[in-house]
Amino acid sequence: MTKLKSIRAFAVLAVAGGVAFGGAAQADENAELIVNGEITLVTKTAAPDHLKDAVDTIYSGWLFRETGTQAMQMDDFVNPGMLDAEAGIELYNAVDGTEGKSCASCHGDIAEGMKGLRAVYPKWNEAAGEVRTMEMQVNDCRETRMGAEPYKYISREMGQIVSAVSLQSRGEPVNVAIDGPVAATWAQGKELYYTRTGILDLSCASCHEENYGNMIRADHLSQGQINGFPVYRLNNAKINQVHDRFKGCVRDTRAETYNPGSSEFIALELYVASRGNGLSVEGVSVRN
Amino acid sequence: MADNVTPRVRVPKSASAGEVISIKTLISHIMESGQRKDGDGNLIPRSIINRFTCDFNGQNVIDVTLEPAISTNPYFEFEAVIPETGELKFTWYDDDGSVYEDAKQVTVG
Repeated sequence: MTKLKSIRAFAVLAVAGGVAFGGAAQADENAELIVNGEITLVTKTAAPDHLKDAVDTIYSGWLFRETGTQAMQMDDFVNPGMLDAEAGIELYNAVDGTEGKSCASCHGDIAEGMKGLRAVYPKWNEAAGEVRTMEMQVNDCRETRMGAEPYKYISREMGQIVSAVSLQSRGEPVNVAIDGPVAATWAQGKELYYTRTGILDLSCASCHEENYGNMIRADHLSQGQINGFPVYRLNNAKINQVHDRFKGCVRDTRAETYNPGSSEFIALELYVASRGNGLSVEGVSVRN
Repeated sequence: MADNVTPRVRVPKSASAGEVISIKTLISHIMESGQRKDGDGNLIPRSIINRFTCDFNGQNVIDVTLEPAISTNPYFEFEAVIPETGELKFTWYDDDGSVYEDAKQVTVG
C-alpha cells in the first residue's frame, strides 16, 4: 500500500508542479494503454500468488513513463520499434542456411505460427532438458533445422526477430510456468533477484520492489517488469532485449555483469517474467 | 549507402474542402551523424537524410532541412489545408544522392 501511495504522491506533485514545468506530469496510475485505438492492454493487475508477500499490485513500466513516451506506444505508426518488428517479419520469411528453409517453412504464417509464444517464454524444452528463452529457441531452429549461422544473442537481427514474434502475442497475459521442471531454475532466478551486487550493493529488489515509484536521480523507478520486452528505448534508439537490460542494470550497480545468454540471466529472466504474470504482453513497447 | 530505407506516410483518404488535416511521415534511416568513430578510431562517414519536402498538386507544403543531430528514423508530423482533391507528394533526399518518394491521394467531397 505504501508503494501505491508513493506513486499517487508523485502524481499529485507532478500536477502541482505542472504549471511550472509544463510536461512534467507522469505516472498517472489510472492511465489506460490502448494501442491503435483498439487493443487494450492490462498495465495494472493483482500480483501473482508467488509475489503476494512482496507486492499487492503489479504495474507495467509503461505507467511510469512520461505522457509523451506513453503516447508513442499507443500508435503503431509512431512507435519506432515497429520498424524493427517489420524487419523481423521479413527475416522470418527469408530463406537462410543450407536446408533452404525460412522460419515460415515450418511454422507457417507468423500471425498463426508464433501466436501466444511471448506470453509463455522462457519455458522448459523437454527434448533439450533445459529452460529456454525465445532467443535460444530461435537459434536452435536456425542451427538444427535451417542449417544457418546462429544470431549473436544480443544483435540487431535477434532483436528484430524477437520483436516480430513478440508482436504476435500482444494483448495476451504473461503466463510463464514456475513449477515442475523449471522450479529449480526459477528458484535460482529468485535468489539472483534478491542478491545484492556491485560497489553500490544493490539487488534488483532494492530498486524495483522496495523503491518503485521513487526517483533514482532523474529516473522514475518502475517495477522492472519485462512484459513489454523487447523495448524500443529512446535512450539508445534501438530495440533492447531482456538480457541487454539486465546487463545494463547490473552494470549500474557497478558490478561485473553476467553475460547475455548465460544461465544466470536465463534464470533471472524466468523469475522476472513470472513476477509479471497477468500483465499484457506489449509486443514492442517504448521506454526512455 | 544507407540500407533498408522505407518511407511511410499516414494521411486521411478524404477531407472536406478547406479542412486542416494532420499528416504523419516516418522514414527508416540510420542518420549517422559523421561525428562518431568506429572501434578502430576511424570516423564513420556522415549518412543522413538532409532534406524533406511535401507538395500538394505541385504546390509546396513544407520544405525541411535536416541536420546531423536529428536521430535515427526521422518522424515528421505537420498539418496542411486541403482546398481540393489532389495528391500529396513526399520526397526525402539522402546524402548519397538517393531520393525516396511516396504519394497519397486525398479526395475532397
